[in-house]
Amino acid sequence: MANNENTHTHHILPLSVYLGVGTALLVLTVITVWVAQYDFGSVNLIVAMIIAAFKASLVALFFMHLKYDNKLYLLAFLSAIFFLSVFIIITMFDTLRRGDIDKIKAGPIQPKAAIYQNAPTADTTNIIVDSLSSVSDSTLTDTTKQ
Amino acid sequence: MSGQLEQTHPAYRQHHFSDDEQQRESAKLGMWIFLVTEILLFGGLFCFYAIYRAWNPEIFHNAHVHLDVILGTTNTVVLITSSITMALAIRAMQMGRKEISLYNLVATLCLAGVFLVIKYFEYEHKIHLGQLPGKFYNFDGIEGNNPHIFFSAYFLMTGLHGIHVIAGMVVITWLIIKSKAGAFSEKYYTPIEMTGLYWHLVDLIWIFLFPLFYLVG
Repeated sequence: MANNENTHTHHILPLSVYLGVGTALLVLTVITVWVAQYDFGSVNLIVAMIIAAFKASLVALFFMHLKYDNKLYLLAFLSAIFFLSVFIIITMFDTLRRGDIDKIKAGPIQPKAAIYQNAPTADTTNIIVDSLSSVSDSTLTDTTKQ
Repeated sequence: MSGQLEQTHPAYRQHHFSDDEQQRESAKLGMWIFLVTEILLFGGLFCFYAIYRAWNPEIFHNAHVHLDVILGTTNTVVLITSSITMALAIRAMQMGRKEISLYNLVATLCLAGVFLVIKYFEYEHKIHLGQLPGKFYNFDGIEGNNPHIFFSAYFLMTGLHGIHVIAGMVVITWLIIKSKAGAFSEKYYTPIEMTGLYWHLVDLIWIFLFPLFYLVG
């Protein structure tokens, strides 16, 4: 053959693998919805994320071929997941512990956002949003500072 | 000298690659690096979701009932099926079955269209009710402070995802045109494979978006 022949035959997955993984994904989707009707409290989110992570790994390993390809691509993908996890976890360390030292920092300064305040007070600055009118588009007007 | 310059290589292989495998592996590495940036792009929004759900769990519980779980589940099934057809399109071209590959690409495109149509109806219903992001929020009936945050997160994340679906549809359309013109074969199907990787990532992101918005529990 010509000298541009592939040096190794490209690994072609059998049809049964694709259809099997696809079916597993659809079944897991049904399970995800079914589990959601039961309330486990704060564990709800963890259960949903575990099932989602398992589905994601099926897609990544089989559909995206990470199981069969050069491990460098798997490393790239796992690095992304790792750094994203670091990003979210360290952010949550701060977010969830805001009020530990200074109680006043535990919540927002204003419990309700400015858009729900239908009259300007001395605190609101230069934005008034007419969000409670029946007009379909909300208007944004600037007022000068008092 | 002229003999070296005339060394023939197939049209699909670029000059700076020594063989097909090197070109394919280079393309794959480049695509994976791009997918890493996409994961981090959506990751920023997932972090935003984590923060605001931690601060306001009751908003997410009260607001998510206004999303239609049936439509969300249907969309999940549609996207997973489109991933299957995309993978089958690549596999068919790997075996040189060009017509089957083309049919699978068309099926993927159609399923992506179905996804967007369902999304359109969901968005249209929310816009009609006034369940809009941020300062445009204009809906009574969700208890708690700041229910607009849920819809900010919803529209931002599903909107960005929808833009990625549209971009994917454009690329798949280009693949269909090129495939009909005979540009691909069992020796060269790299663009289909790379688009497949992108499409699977779009599906992967939706696999996380679905429980986070529709199944808050």
